[in-house]
Amino acid sequence: MTDWSSTSQEAPGFAPVAIASISMAGPHDYFELMKPRVMSLVVFTALVGMVLAPGGLHPVLAAISLLCIAVGAGASGALNMWYDADIDRLMSRTRGRPVPSGRVTAEEALAFGATMSVFSVLVLAVTANFLAAGLLAFTILFYVVVYTMWLKRSTPQNIVIGGAAGAFPPMVGWAAMTGSISIESIVLFLIIFMWTPPHFWALALLKSNDYATAGVPMLPVVAGETATRHQILIYAVLMALVGVAPAVLGFGGLAYALVSSASGLVFVWLAARVWRIREGAPARKAAGRLFAFSILYLFLLYAVLLVERIAGAIIG
Amino acid sequence: MSGAVMGENDKIELDGVKLTEAQQKRRRQRNVAIAAVLVSLVVIFYVVTILKMGPGILARPL
Repeated sequence: MTDWSSTSQEAPGFAPVAIASISMAGPHDYFELMKPRVMSLVVFTALVGMVLAPGGLHPVLAAISLLCIAVGAGASGALNMWYDADIDRLMSRTRGRPVPSGRVTAEEALAFGATMSVFSVLVLAVTANFLAAGLLAFTILFYVVVYTMWLKRSTPQNIVIGGAAGAFPPMVGWAAMTGSISIESIVLFLIIFMWTPPHFWALALLKSNDYATAGVPMLPVVAGETATRHQILIYAVLMALVGVAPAVLGFGGLAYALVSSASGLVFVWLAARVWRIREGAPARKAAGRLFAFSILYLFLLYAVLLVERIAGAIIG
Repeated sequence: MSGAVMGENDKIELDGVKLTEAQQKRRRQRNVAIAAVLVSLVVIFYVVTILKMGPGILARPL
């Protein structure tokens, strides 16, 4: 018996085989391709969209729809990792991902992402409705083609426009329940859309060297840190205003009004600190705080909407 | 594949590629994951069919 466990290249009677090319990827590597942390945010925001929606979809069908939205988001993450493997390899934040680290080949990531995309859209069409499936397909297409392939490497407005992809899930969730788009779902979309620029630019201030090395034209790299700080402050103010819109429109209650106002003010205050403190370690600390709080802010807003609706249903 | 290689094969047992234990373990894990996904899809389609069409599924006109 011949031992092919080392680095042999030709098996007797078979075509040459590079043992090193035999996949060592495990299921967890494929799961990592789906960007689980991003996926968890998608699941959460889509869930809130579904709970707020007045539709009457069966709870089991709603759960399957939510799974489809999660898988669709994960599939777009896998396709992003397939296309971006070359620049992910250059950045400290991303070089440990499955493709650049060599655990999964780019072709495997492409096949995985494409398959999951198709299945998630088709199953959502069968489970919920064609509008929700169409929106999910558009979200995947927007993230992969418009953001990843086009905007990300060509303009510092990449995450402003590309942020729409991350903002669609609550709208997809709403559409799955109702078969329609409404002002409420548009507001849920706008909150995430306006939140994305200050969130990612705070990170970009911390990782601008990474982006510069990879040639990604993030705002701090192209327009400089001062311009980025101006933009962060402007978007933070706009985002805080949009953040209270659910209370103004009536689908957010008193608790939401209080939480969104208070956390919006904190967000703007932290953005103002980023704008004011521009040198050395304190500047990095200010950007780090804004980035961390931005995650808490979005979670808080959506969580309060969710709790209010559930509490309202229980109390009657 | 060259004729010379085929000639050598007459003397060597045709046992193909022998994977390492780690490679076998990962392949098994992938196979189990794919099986789990396929079973989940079967369950999902069954449940969706029942919930969407209900007991009238067998009473539909052809």
